[in-house]
Amino acid sequence: MTRKRRRLYLLLLCAIGLGSATALTLSAFQDNLVFFRSPSDIAREAPGPDRAFRLGGLVESGSLERETAPDGRPAARFRVTDGASTVPVTYAGVLPDLFREGQGVVTLGKLGPDGLFRASEVLARHDESYMPPEVADALKRSGHWNPDQGAPPPAASWNTLEPERLPPGRSGG
Amino acid sequence: MIPELGHFALALALALSLAQAAFGLWGAQRAAPRLMAAAAPLAAGTLLAVAAAFGCLMWSFAVNDTTVANVVQNSHSAKPLLYKLSGTWGSHEGSMVLWVLILALCGGAVASFGRNLPSALQARVLAVLGLVAVGFLAFILGTSNPFDRVWPPAADGQGLNPVLQDPGLAFHPPLLYLGYVGFSVTFAFAIAALIEGRVDAAWGRWVRPWALAAWSFLTLGIALGSWWAYYELGWGGYWFWDPVENASLLPWLAGCALLHSATVVERREALKTWTVFLALLAFGLSLLGTFLVRSGVLNSVHAFASDPTRGVFILGLLMLYIGGGFALFAWRAAAMTPTGIFAPLSREGGLILNNLLLCSIAAVVLVGTLYPMFADLLLGQKISVGPPFFNSATLPLAVPLVAAMAVGPMLPWKRARLWPALQRLWWAALGGLAALLLCLALEGQRLGPALGFAAAAWLILGALADITDRIALFSRPRAAFARARGLPRAAWGGAVAHAGMGVMILGLAGMGLATDRLALLKPGESVALAGYDYRLEALRDAPGPNFSARRATLVVTRNGRPVTVLEPERRSFPVGRMTTTEAAIHTTWLADLYTVLGDERDGGAVLRLHHNPLAPWIWLGAAIMALGGGLSLSDRRMRVAAPAPKLAPKPAQEGAAA
Repeated sequence: MTRKRRRLYLLLLCAIGLGSATALTLSAFQDNLVFFRSPSDIAREAPGPDRAFRLGGLVESGSLERETAPDGRPAARFRVTDGASTVPVTYAGVLPDLFREGQGVVTLGKLGPDGLFRASEVLARHDESYMPPEVADALKRSGHWNPDQGAPPPAASWNTLEPERLPPGRSGG
Repeated sequence: MIPELGHFALALALALSLAQAAFGLWGAQRAAPRLMAAAAPLAAGTLLAVAAAFGCLMWSFAVNDTTVANVVQNSHSAKPLLYKLSGTWGSHEGSMVLWVLILALCGGAVASFGRNLPSALQARVLAVLGLVAVGFLAFILGTSNPFDRVWPPAADGQGLNPVLQDPGLAFHPPLLYLGYVGFSVTFAFAIAALIEGRVDAAWGRWVRPWALAAWSFLTLGIALGSWWAYYELGWGGYWFWDPVENASLLPWLAGCALLHSATVVERREALKTWTVFLALLAFGLSLLGTFLVRSGVLNSVHAFASDPTRGVFILGLLMLYIGGGFALFAWRAAAMTPTGIFAPLSREGGLILNNLLLCSIAAVVLVGTLYPMFADLLLGQKISVGPPFFNSATLPLAVPLVAAMAVGPMLPWKRARLWPALQRLWWAALGGLAALLLCLALEGQRLGPALGFAAAAWLILGALADITDRIALFSRPRAAFARARGLPRAAWGGAVAHAGMGVMILGLAGMGLATDRLALLKPGESVALAGYDYRLEALRDAPGPNFSARRATLVVTRNGRPVTVLEPERRSFPVGRMTTTEAAIHTTWLADLYTVLGDERDGGAVLRLHHNPLAPWIWLGAAIMALGGGLSLSDRRMRVAAPAPKLAPKPAQEGAAA
């Protein structure tokens, strides 16, 4: 085997390796990229029932109901809001320690045709003052919070207040 | 006073490492023996200075000195001493000091163990290590001084995140950093080799132990982190493909490829350019990991933008070291000529396949980790890439890797034939097939775990076949013991590490069969999972040293016979107002019974019960892998550091330097 031939084989092998890695990455991206959607995004354009995505916002105050599913599994229902829109969520599982009404939450799941979001994961795993960056962004986009003016206002007021009526610089929570 | 001493020691270390870099590089270039000889004592001086700084910081934590901002932010007088001490590296600033301390330790080790290296090579290696230290010391002094004072002193500290108050996590960062920073030495050797334009067997013999040591520590560090996540976070999982986890997996993959390809350089003087490239890559990925974890870029790209100094500084260091390294590589790599010739099907060919697959996996993980960040920055899209992506993209690459892992050690160097190697593995293949069929028969159509069990059996039996073959256990059983004693430790180490991988895959496959159940239980009620009955005896308050807890007492029985009593807790910490979940775990070694206490309602408690078959073997397998690395490291060939080939290049060395 000459050196040239060997180098050719090596290059070929590398090309196959890189090519397969690229192909695998692209095909996995196609199926498994998880997009973040705020309640307003869903109101504008609802994702299909087969597509898993992450829904984030604030847990609406007073919306949390704990219940027991027919099969005896404990479940929770709550609503996630970004001020402009609200999405009802159901989750069968233990809610994380830092899950609170009026605080930021990110959930992973699928939206049913009935408009109910069935979460398979609920993430709220930071300290009390933490706002998930996606949630902060969603709140900003819906015009309810300017982070330069301090902490987010209490979520209880979000559904009733118009964005422009929110006093500037008000701090909450 | 002590904190000022520490600050001074850090500044002194900066000056010393700057001198170490300058003398080493300049002396080696000018072939001036005196200048070169100055590098080693300067490295020792840097080590002393950084160790003094670290000691001062530790002392401030031990006595809870509330005039030091870092202590105030990360410690509390009510904390047990172990966590006060581990708080030294629990914060951003402290962890960077630990990083530099380990770097200085590596420099000291090269200075003291490397006396029989060619002097120009040693000087250049020390100089590159000095340069890296300069960058990070400047980073600490410029942007994250751990000795900043506050005045007036705070009444007490704010406490460490209670999730981090755990013995497993106290030792996780030092082990991980030993791994990360250990690759700085192979990086320094690679840069020195590029400057000299020469890579030979002696170089490979020097690089391999460092790669092995760094890889072993990294394996232990990652395993400890994963184990901690398993028992502390209470989610019942062991690996979440979290960016922080991926940041440690990337250098592990590159380092694994490096230590295999360094063998080829050492034994056959081939793959030189590639090995140098891998050495650059392994340290580059370590730095990338440090950058990802330390810059805050992972929480949010906006967090990075809001505190730019640190992130930009580390990014600058990353560009400097990695960009500089690769630029040097592009310029000088052509100077290295391979001498060993081999056929595609040979031990060398097998190691190339290993490198190719490991690097492909690393590339996939890298893309998956960084893509969300770039998508946010460039396209403004909020995307996350979760476990399904990583599983479906890496598994097809891991399957051929595992298949080749048992065959590779059976192939002779230079030229091999596949059939004789496979013949010696027939019983490993049979074992794998048996495991596959057994799992399919017992557990139904679960192809993933079944393949996992087959892979585990294939690897463990393959390693066994390798050893029995080498000591000729079956053909000449009488001489086997003597042959086993005479077998180099490196061969034992390799087999043990490969078997350790098999044990780990056994655990992973077992976790593929894990079941869980969510139940709302009132005291006295019970629920069944996987053949075990869990009865809730009591729910009560339990006070702790710096927290208050709610504890459930669960009596576990199997067919009426008592197995164990599990007491999962929810703890709330008044300092920092945090709640944590303490899972209660009972292991039978065949399975973990894992229970988590959820919220309480209607006089009952929500309990999450997991039955995790073979879970402990994941981390035991990783420990066995690290043990294999250690065994290989204790090989005589490594300790003696190759006297014979080392003497030969010396005259050539002086000729090249002049």
